Amino acid sequence: MKTPYLILVLLISTHISLAQAENETVKALLQVYASQGATEANAEQGKHLWQKTFQSNSEFSKRSCASCHTENLSVAGKHIKTNKLIKPMAPSANSERLTDKKKIEKWFKRNCKWTMGRECTAQEKASFLLYINK
Amino acid sequence: MKNILSIAAVIFTIGFVSLPVVWGDSDFRWGEMEEYEHRSTGVAAVSNPLYREECGSCHMPYSPGLLPGSSWMKMMSGLEDHFGDNAELDAETQNSITNLLLANSADRSDYRRARKFNRSIQPGNAPLRISETPYFRHEHDEIPNRMVTDNPKVKSFSHCNACHTKAEQGSFNEHDIRIPGYGRWDD
Repeated sequence: MKTPYLILVLLISTHISLAQAENETVKALLQVYASQGATEANAEQGKHLWQKTFQSNSEFSKRSCASCHTENLSVAGKHIKTNKLIKPMAPSANSERLTDKKKIEKWFKRNCKWTMGRECTAQEKASFLLYINK
Repeated sequence: MKNILSIAAVIFTIGFVSLPVVWGDSDFRWGEMEEYEHRSTGVAAVSNPLYREECGSCHMPYSPGLLPGSSWMKMMSGLEDHFGDNAELDAETQNSITNLLLANSADRSDYRRARKFNRSIQPGNAPLRISETPYFRHEHDEIPNRMVTDNPKVKSFSHCNACHTKAEQGSFNEHDIRIPGYGRWDD
């Protein structure tokens, strides 16, 4: 009788600690971006940017975040060129997301350059984080 | 003297008891041998977690044995335009990945297929696409476009594992080929 109860407690506490860790990563990064001038970041702006289409002169002339990730953060996406499955972006659907600062910075750099043709500003990155973490 | 006798008895008993274990083990050893030979005909599978993470997030983590070191050097120095995608790495990671690629490249590998890839490439050439190496072209020259490039479930020869079901394990054995929409491939 005690075992299911224990498992339940364990599950809940693991869940809480994971959720906290994820918040800590996001919080710490938001602070960094704020110190770099991201004073008016918000999830709405993040959503707008996520769905916005950018022009490119190369292959895939119309590019957006949704090109690979889809417009729904809770579902899996697919790499536009290689077809490789991309796990959902929303931490609620994929608990690994937004838990590793280095990884977040790596993908911001790569994907902003591919999609927008330039690196994202601190404000844009902060807005993306707020939108994805919502 | 009694002590020596009892030690001898113990050794004898252990030896006798362990005989069936050794016999039983022979199956396992054969299994291992087969696996080794099977693997050695292909290319080395990629198990390095850093490589799998950094090179396997967007595409299948191609075995370093599929291209020679000169190709990997060239590829690693142009990651900001990696076949049209941006795949930049931080300096430390880039260094580790480059070393891993060079240590296991086609010109350094003992795997049979890796050696075939290497032999097919003219010295001084450093192809960036595995699918453009002479060995690759030769192996795929009978495959009609409808099965790969015009097949929406395959799209490109770059997607090894779309048809080679054991590609990620380093095996490109003909028996493991399943072309989506067409099934087995018999040469």
